[in-house]
Order: sequence, then structure tokens, then C-alpha cells
Amino acid sequence: MTSRLLPLYATIAIFLAAYLVCYLQFPAMLSTRVLGNLLTDNAYLGIVAVGMTVVILSGGIDLSVGSVIAFAGVFIAVLLRDTGLHPLAVFALLLATTTAFGAAMGGLIHGLAMPPFIVTLAGMFLARGAAYMLTIDSVPIDHDFYDMLRSYQRLPGGGRLTVIGATMLLSVLAGMILAHRTRFGTAVLALGGGAPTARLMGVSIGRTTVLIYAFSGFMAGLSGIVFSIYTGSGYPLATVGTELTAIAAVVIGGTLLTGGSGYVFGTLIGVLTMGLIQTYIVFDGSLSSWWTKIVIGMLLLLFILLQKGLLMLGHGRGAVSAT
Amino acid sequence: MSQGLRRLAPQLVTLAAVVALVSAFFPGFLAVEIADGRLVGSAVDVLKRGAPVALLAVGMTLVIATRGIDLSVGAVMAICGAASAWAVSNGLGLGAALALGLGAGLLCGLWNGVLVALFGIQPIVATLILMVAGRGVAQMITEGRILTFSHEGLAFFGAGDVVGVPTPILIWIVTGVAVGLLVRRTALGLLIEAIGINRPASALAGVNARVLLIAVYVASGLCAAIAGIVVAADIRGADANNAGLWLELDAILAVVIGGTSLLGGRFSVAASILGALVIQTIDTGILLAGFPSEFNLVIKAGLVVIILVLQSPRLGPGLPGFGLRAPRAAGVARTEKATE
Repeated sequence: MTSRLLPLYATIAIFLAAYLVCYLQFPAMLSTRVLGNLLTDNAYLGIVAVGMTVVILSGGIDLSVGSVIAFAGVFIAVLLRDTGLHPLAVFALLLATTTAFGAAMGGLIHGLAMPPFIVTLAGMFLARGAAYMLTIDSVPIDHDFYDMLRSYQRLPGGGRLTVIGATMLLSVLAGMILAHRTRFGTAVLALGGGAPTARLMGVSIGRTTVLIYAFSGFMAGLSGIVFSIYTGSGYPLATVGTELTAIAAVVIGGTLLTGGSGYVFGTLIGVLTMGLIQTYIVFDGSLSSWWTKIVIGMLLLLFILLQKGLLMLGHGRGAVSAT
Repeated sequence: MSQGLRRLAPQLVTLAAVVALVSAFFPGFLAVEIADGRLVGSAVDVLKRGAPVALLAVGMTLVIATRGIDLSVGAVMAICGAASAWAVSNGLGLGAALALGLGAGLLCGLWNGVLVALFGIQPIVATLILMVAGRGVAQMITEGRILTFSHEGLAFFGAGDVVGVPTPILIWIVTGVAVGLLVRRTALGLLIEAIGINRPASALAGVNARVLLIAVYVASGLCAAIAGIVVAADIRGADANNAGLWLELDAILAVVIGGTSLLGGRFSVAASILGALVIQTIDTGILLAGFPSEFNLVIKAGLVVIILVLQSPRLGPGLPGFGLRAPRAAGVARTEKATE
């Protein structure tokens, strides 16, 4: 059991150590302002990463989420511009659409016995294409309700806890409960441990697969709403490649990409670690933006080697030759 | 030979169907004429524009046959294109530019191969590292700019022609034939398939899986390097952000359309190249047929789903070479789980 928790502890330790390094160099980093902005700037990523964690825990992958976020932004912007619907009604419509979209992908994965990689790749093309078909321009969102959603709560020290930052924290909490405290979560982990075993344990494979991708679609939709609040517009070319950033956050968060082991809370730390790197580069001012990518790549390598080492230690024998 | 044709039949039928579909919307699709001493026409354009994906698909086929996957090829293209462009814009000769570009690809492949074969990291994660960091490295080489150059020798590889045939077409044909002969006229192909089907068993049978695994990732890196040089030469500049962007997904799609299972095992380089041509025909065809470019991705997704349904082990007609079986994640090894 401890070897399952070790990656999570390592993730938290590295995040705290990184924050300490940042703090020693720039004492201003340890303020509620920076913390609040860290939550706000990474809200959409955190929400979509929660969905991705559940998918990866089941041993699958969802490449469509970046496109779904872009689709969501365009969908909201166009509907608010062309119809008199209240944003809340638009949100409900959108979440129903993206959830159904995810469920359809899950159904295809199970029904056709195709690898999730390929099915969600087709989903990625489809969602991005649907966004293009709605509009190819950046559409601004101008609505009183949106101004309200951009409000925030002052924290001691001048920081801002925004609505979208709080939404992210609540999503992580919901994801933690769903993945670790419900029957569905157990079924997901069992599926990640191996489909034949899960079937013997009485898990309905088809139903669970559909629900997993439906959940990921729902979270991608929610992330799209948050992203539209964050940017105040809908743009079909937005969030290209977000699915890979989300996967990287999940891996840095200590979840095994093979499935069956990991924690949703770790994903939050993974997202915050990646946000911290960007904040540090902004604070430093002289570092070029490409260092973000290189550092995130190195962090990925570090965590993967760490997990590999822990697995070896945990079992007291040589590395399992994967592949 | 008839056996080889039977293996390629589904891909040939798919390509013929897509070509027929495009021709129905755009009658002059297959017309080829000679202008200024070179071949021109939509079909030639498909063959030329398809070069990067066809090249990537060659290396990707070998990697996927070992039950791996290489997500980094797009980023490797950017690195190698940037390295070659950097060489010529700094006054180094053509030979140095090619050596630097191919050398960078070799190193990238070696990095992936060592992570997969020696450290035992799952391929999808191992190559994700270079996919994320690679674009940063490429931007570091170009210093964040689009590095343009005016070197006729290097530009020849992307925009030149040999007796009327555009060079990129020749490059992918030569690469494809060379790799195809190498794996099929020797035992290499068989050994690669053995690793993909069952690595422990192949090790017991005396196959040196480590060396072969590293070799296939190096091959994939080299193919990506060639593709990167072709793309940089074509636009006479290295764009670290956009060169080869998302081409890894097209390359994987090409291999899947080519009927090679993502779960490793039997593969066909020729079928993967046909898969790449199918994708390029769809891309070009949608534009030629006069659809607004917004529809491009939706139509592509629709066609991909149709091809997937036909290939499905549960619904498909069981065509040869369509051996996708278990409904599990792509290229994800599950050995580790057994030990938990």
C-alpha cells in the first residue's frame, strides 16, 4: 500500500521544494496573490485533468479533450450571440452535448473493441471540425452574467479566489470522491488493473467504459465553460494540445499511465507544479518561454524514473521488463 | 507476390475508393501533365504533400510492430529541420547540414530507444517526454524565430525535382523501398514481429530484444529527420512551433489504416505508406472538391470512423491484416499490473 502512496508523496515533496526554491529567490512568490492567480490561470487545465485522471486510471486515454474545450468555447459564444438563451441554459445544453459525445466514444471503444487512442483521435478531429463549422473567427462573449462569473473573493494579503479557481478546487474534490469513494471508482480501478480480472469481479465493462468517457466529456465541457469565462471569448483554434498537457499533469501527479494506480489529488499538484514553472519564468523575466517545455519534459522524465524505481523497490526484485 | 497483393488489397481498395470519391467531385484529379519540364497535377501534389507522413509512417510501422508507439516524431521533425537550417544559415556546407539534421534524428531515436529498451518505460510515456521537450529544444536552436535560409542545395530536397519528378516523392519511395527490403529480405522483420507478439518468448528464442528495440526507435528518429529536412527545405525555413505539428497522429493513423495492429506483431511498410496516401488524398480531395476548409476535419473524422468500423474485429468482415483484437489502450503494456 505504501508503494502506491509514494509517488503521491514524491509529487507533493517536489512541488513544495520547487515552491521553496522560488520563494528563496523571489519572496513575493509566497503571497495569496500568486497562489490565487495560480488557481485561476490553471483552472481549465485542472478541471480537464481530473477527467483525464479517471480515464488514465482505467488504462485508457482521451485525446479529444483539447478540441472539446475549443468546441465548448465556440458553442457558448455563438449561441449567446445568436440566440436569447440564458448562459445557464447554454451551459446545460453544452454539458449534455459533450457528455453524450464522450459516451459515444466510450461506446465505440467498447463496441468496436478499438484502442481508445485511435477512437479518441477521431473524436479530436470531429470536435475540432465541429468548432470550425460553427465559426472560424474569435467570437467575443458579452453578457452581464459573465461579468458576475468573473467576480472573486478577496483573500487576506490581496489575493483573489475567483469563481473559476474555486470551480477547479471543487472539481478536484468531486473527482477524488468519485474515484476513491464510490463503486464506480472501484470499477474504474479494477478495469485499469486488467479487463479480464475486472469482468470476473463482476464489473460491467461496457457500462463502465461508457461512463468513464462520458465523465471525461463532461469535465472537458466544464473546462470549456471555465476557459470561456477566463478568456471571455470562443475561438476554434484555442487549446490545441491541451490533452497532452493534461496527460503530462496526470503523470507528474503520480498516476501510472498503465492504469490501475494513482490519485486525483496528485493531478492537482501536477497541474500546480506546471503552473509554478510558468510563474517562475514570468518572475525571472530573462528566461525564454521554451524553457517551460524543456523543464516540463525533464520533470516528466524524473517522475517516470522515480515511479520505475519505486516499483522496483516495492517489489524487491529487478525491473519488470515492460512492453 | 500474390500473397503480398492480398495483404495490400484492403488498403488498395480504400485508396481506390477515396480516389474515385474525389474524382467524382473533382473530375481532373488524376490528370497529370508536364509543365516547365516537371510533372504537375493534383495526383502529383498528393504524392508530394504526402511525403512527410509517408516517411514518418515507415518508421512508425516498425515501432508499432514491436508493440510500441512513437509520439515524438513531430517534435523530432522540428528539431532536425531546425538543425539543418541552422547549419546552412551559419555558412556550413550542405553535407554538414544533412549530417547535423540526420545526426539529431539519430540521437533523438537513441534517447527514446534507451528509455524504452533499457529502462523499461512504456513507449507512450517515454516518447511523450521528447514530444513535450522536443519543441522547446527546436525553439532553442532557432532562438524562437522562424529560421529562414536561401541555400539552393538544401532547398532541392523539398522543392527540387529529378527528371520532372519532385524530390520528396523520390525520397519517400527510396526510403520505403530500402526499409521494406531491409526488413523483408532479411530476418529483421520477423524478429521485430516476434518482439511485438511476445517479448519474453522472443527473448527465450534468442532474439536480442534490447538492441532491436533501440534500432527501431533510431529508425523512426531517422525517418522523422528526413521528413523534417524535407519540410524545412520545402518552405526554406525552420518553424520550430509548426513543423510536423500533430503529424505523429497522422502517422499513427496511417499505420492503423495500413492494417498494422497497435498491439504489435505483423506489419507491412507498404500498407502503411498506402495509408499515408489515403490520408493525404482525403486532405487534398476535400479542398479540391470545393468544400469549405472548415469541413475538412469533420469529413476526415467521418472517414476515419468508417475505416475503423470496417477494420473492427467485432463488426468487420475479417479482412487479412486487420488484426486488432483486445479493447485495451494503445501500446500500453500491462505487465507491471501483474506485480501489484
